[in-house]
Amino acid sequence: MKEARRRENIAGYIFMAPSLLFFLGFVIFPMGMCLVTSFFNYTMTDFSFVGLNNYKEMFGDPIFSKALVNTIIIVVVSVPVTCMFSLWVASIIFKMRPLNTSFFRCVFYLPVVTGSVAVTVVWKWIFNNYTGVLNYLFKSLGIISKNMNWLGDPSTALWCIITILLTTSVGQPIVLYVSALSNVDHSLTEAASVDGATNMQVFWRIKWPQIMPTTLYILVITTINSFQCFALIQLLTSGGPNNSTQTIMYYIYYQAFKLNRYGYGSAMGIILAIIIAVFSAIQFRLAKTDNG
Amino acid sequence: MSAIQKADLPSRMKKRSPETDTTDHSVHALTPYRVLSIAFLIFLTILFIFPLYWIVTGSFKTQQVINARVPVWFPLNPTVGNYERLFQKPAFTWLFNTVLLCAAAMGLTCVSAAMGGYALAKKNFRGRTFLFSLFVCAMALPKQVILIPLLKEMAFLKLHNTLWAVILPTVGWPFGVFLMKQFSEGIPNEMLEAARIDGAGEARTFIDIILPMIKPGIGALAIFTFITAWNDYFLQLIMLNDTKVLTISLGIAKLQSELSTDYGLIMAGAALGSIPIIIIFLLFQKFFTRGITMGAVKG
Repeated sequence: MKEARRRENIAGYIFMAPSLLFFLGFVIFPMGMCLVTSFFNYTMTDFSFVGLNNYKEMFGDPIFSKALVNTIIIVVVSVPVTCMFSLWVASIIFKMRPLNTSFFRCVFYLPVVTGSVAVTVVWKWIFNNYTGVLNYLFKSLGIISKNMNWLGDPSTALWCIITILLTTSVGQPIVLYVSALSNVDHSLTEAASVDGATNMQVFWRIKWPQIMPTTLYILVITTINSFQCFALIQLLTSGGPNNSTQTIMYYIYYQAFKLNRYGYGSAMGIILAIIIAVFSAIQFRLAKTDNG
Repeated sequence: MSAIQKADLPSRMKKRSPETDTTDHSVHALTPYRVLSIAFLIFLTILFIFPLYWIVTGSFKTQQVINARVPVWFPLNPTVGNYERLFQKPAFTWLFNTVLLCAAAMGLTCVSAAMGGYALAKKNFRGRTFLFSLFVCAMALPKQVILIPLLKEMAFLKLHNTLWAVILPTVGWPFGVFLMKQFSEGIPNEMLEAARIDGAGEARTFIDIILPMIKPGIGALAIFTFITAWNDYFLQLIMLNDTKVLTISLGIAKLQSELSTDYGLIMAGAALGSIPIIIIFLLFQKFFTRGITMGAVKG
């Protein structure tokens, strides 16, 4: 018996070995190093222990505060909108014929597959001051009277980023909701309808609790993605104008890879990870109490 | 919640796909709400397809047409000049590097995740629960904060500015193992028991029994990894600077930073970077959809 147990252990470790090697070597080890370097003044020329100085500097850094506020605006706007929008789309398309469902699912997934760089460069053109199609369209419709510099104006730039972010983040939630709604127990919804429940009641009383795990998962992944919004910022505005689109992720990139301040960048990374963990925990807690 | 979903897993896997079993379509009458919704949905469809349409048509427009005061909705006199100029740049190398990178990441991920997922699902080794929790927790962390130490690590391993610097972290990302564990759990224990009684060794069992059963899962993971690796711009940006190892995403970004108003050329680059991956996505979308859906079912 003991011999069998030993063999099972060895077999288990052998099967685990390749994935564990990559995982420990290129995910867990750097993560640990990130924590360590956050306590060092680590630049091209210097590597010295400074304790909590990086963290202290961060909380006195006005650009970091600005980046934090912008990041939170992005998350607070885009996460609920993404969730509600995808649930709405999914609730319309899941009862269509399979081919039509597939078609719409693909349409909304298209911006994700197209890739952040290709999507960003075309949006940059659409938003362009002179040759952009948005200015032309809005002028024709009488929404604006003269050309706007959408990405160059601190009052609109962040909203442009959020709009593009939304188009690239609803794809996956729609796929998930379509599958979750299709798996809702039909006998329950039918029984409720027979008993005279309205569509609204059927939705909130029967379907909503059943798709709750999916909603929770979508909330968590959308939050993580919104916090990490990077390519859009780097290619569209580089955090400008006047830091109005500065986000934590972009500021980490700027400090670590443009100014080579690895220690300071790592400290911000740790704080970002903590913020994301707190947000996820709050969502879990809310979802649990919501579920009764 | 997890118990119910776990019990639900095998039955879900047997269905060809979760969406084909939707019921009678005639029950949904065309109420005014539904008509309005569908109209709005079609409007959104146009909005979502438009950027791609603008990339493709833009890539065939001359500089003059692009700068026209009134946008030209469809290029009546298409030009291939943008593509000619694009291929004077090392665009072919960029594309080649991207395909190579994605294929390598895909192959390594599938092999290591299939093995790891099977071990986590079916092998009762010590530390299994701990390892699985570690995989799940790591998934929730922001991938990009590890890039700083990762860059140093790659420089130390002399892999910086090689495609390996992007491939290795992609393979290490825990999602694949997690997904394959979900699929392996659907394998009945009796089958493994029967193989053991027949005297099949571990390797035999894995190759002859496990692999055929988790094939759909491997398909899903393969296509998922390929598309994710193709579009992982941040990782590529940090790890690859040398012109010889640029990917197509980096190439487009480079064009945009050097010639920011040459929209025809940039759109040609964007088309080259997105059309192949969109075709791959459309061909394998069944697998892909299943991959995302299975990954969402928490163990």
